[in-house]
Amino acid sequence: MTHLPDSLAQIRDDFLDLEQSDRLVLLLEFANELPELPERFRDHPDLLERVEECQAPVYIFVEVGEDTVVHLHATAPKEAPTTRGFASILVQGLAGLTSQQVLDVPDDFPQTIGLSEAVSPLRMRGMNALLGRTKRQVRARQAA
Amino acid sequence: MAVSVDSSAQFENFAHPERLVSTEWLQAHLGDPGLVVVESDEDVLLYETGHIPGAVKIDWHVDLNDPIERDYIDGEQFSRLLGSRGISRDTTVVIYGDKSNWWAAYALWVFTLFGHPDVRLLDGGRAKWESEGRDYTTLSATPDQVDYPVVERDDSVIRAYKEDVLEHFGKPLIDVRSPEEFSGERTTAPAYPEEGALRAGHIPTAQNVPWGKAAAQDGTFRPRPELDALYRGEAGLADGDDIIAYCRIGERSAHSWFVLTHLLGFENVRNYDGSWTEWGSAVRVPIAKGTEPGGIPAK
Repeated sequence: MTHLPDSLAQIRDDFLDLEQSDRLVLLLEFANELPELPERFRDHPDLLERVEECQAPVYIFVEVGEDTVVHLHATAPKEAPTTRGFASILVQGLAGLTSQQVLDVPDDFPQTIGLSEAVSPLRMRGMNALLGRTKRQVRARQAA
Repeated sequence: MAVSVDSSAQFENFAHPERLVSTEWLQAHLGDPGLVVVESDEDVLLYETGHIPGAVKIDWHVDLNDPIERDYIDGEQFSRLLGSRGISRDTTVVIYGDKSNWWAAYALWVFTLFGHPDVRLLDGGRAKWESEGRDYTTLSATPDQVDYPVVERDDSVIRAYKEDVLEHFGKPLIDVRSPEEFSGERTTAPAYPEEGALRAGHIPTAQNVPWGKAAAQDGTFRPRPELDALYRGEAGLADGDDIIAYCRIGERSAHSWFVLTHLLGFENVRNYDGSWTEWGSAVRVPIAKGTEPGGIPAK
């Protein structure tokens, strides 16, 4: 069963409400809002997983708390605002969700937010990879 | 030409120095009538984070590719695109971008398919402009709509199709991808996404000259003697050669096409834009693996 959490549904609707060119502006706002990595990761780049499918170097790390709430951390260079924007959408959209809720997010969520035309379908694949790898880390933490 | 050329000494050894401008030259000419600056990047949002004042954006995916077929836009679409960016047929266009002008060179190559007369690259691209602390703005340019004629795209001179490559064996082929892609270890550039080639390796007889070797650390083109050593020396190209360059989707090889054509003066250079994503998935075409070019395949 897949289910789109309210937070991601809200982000999707925000994009869909805009004209194509304004969708890029909103994506840039997300890119600018990507939080800095917590210090414990900045000193330990080895903890981070590289998302190979993205053109720009982007790294993620997923923590699952005892309450099963997922925390996604991501970093990408400022020269790669599109990738930063994708990561930021997921960081904000997944915030506060439980691991099961994250696993239930539809895999085609990136294709539903109306960016394919403005950004190109090929580039959207990077966001699918980010979501896929996030889920995989969640599963790995669950199993541990 | 609408705007004077950059006669800097650093370009004078190149075959067509009028195809390059320096950051100093561009700074001095910003706002000149008849000049339009175009940013073309890998990242579709980079322009929005800040760009050279007055520059317009042209994106390789969204603007230059046909939205349905795997082909470039046609003359009507090109006319609409350029007109909307304030570019007319006699405008001097200076293109710059990220990644050592990789995508900027690709855009320049597409402009050349339509025979735009005066199109140049900013040597060093975004990185050099930025490292010199020059101005950026986040204000999107709002050019006045102008008329650009509908010019039919001419694929016959600088573009090669798969069929052309099959007829080309025995003449120089340059594979500008990374050594890992050339040998068949992988089908995409290191750290790049898979783009759907089903087989790995290279087109038999191709020499491997990774495109980035033509760029210096600061993103500018290497000086003429170094480029000659690379292409005439190591790769063995000679004047009069009929050359086809390819990569994965034709963008990196557009950069090499620019070097061979405009900096080194080769007159018959074509870019095979189908490149590895076509060849590596095509049925019954010959493929060589390993670090050697390999021999001419039997027909």
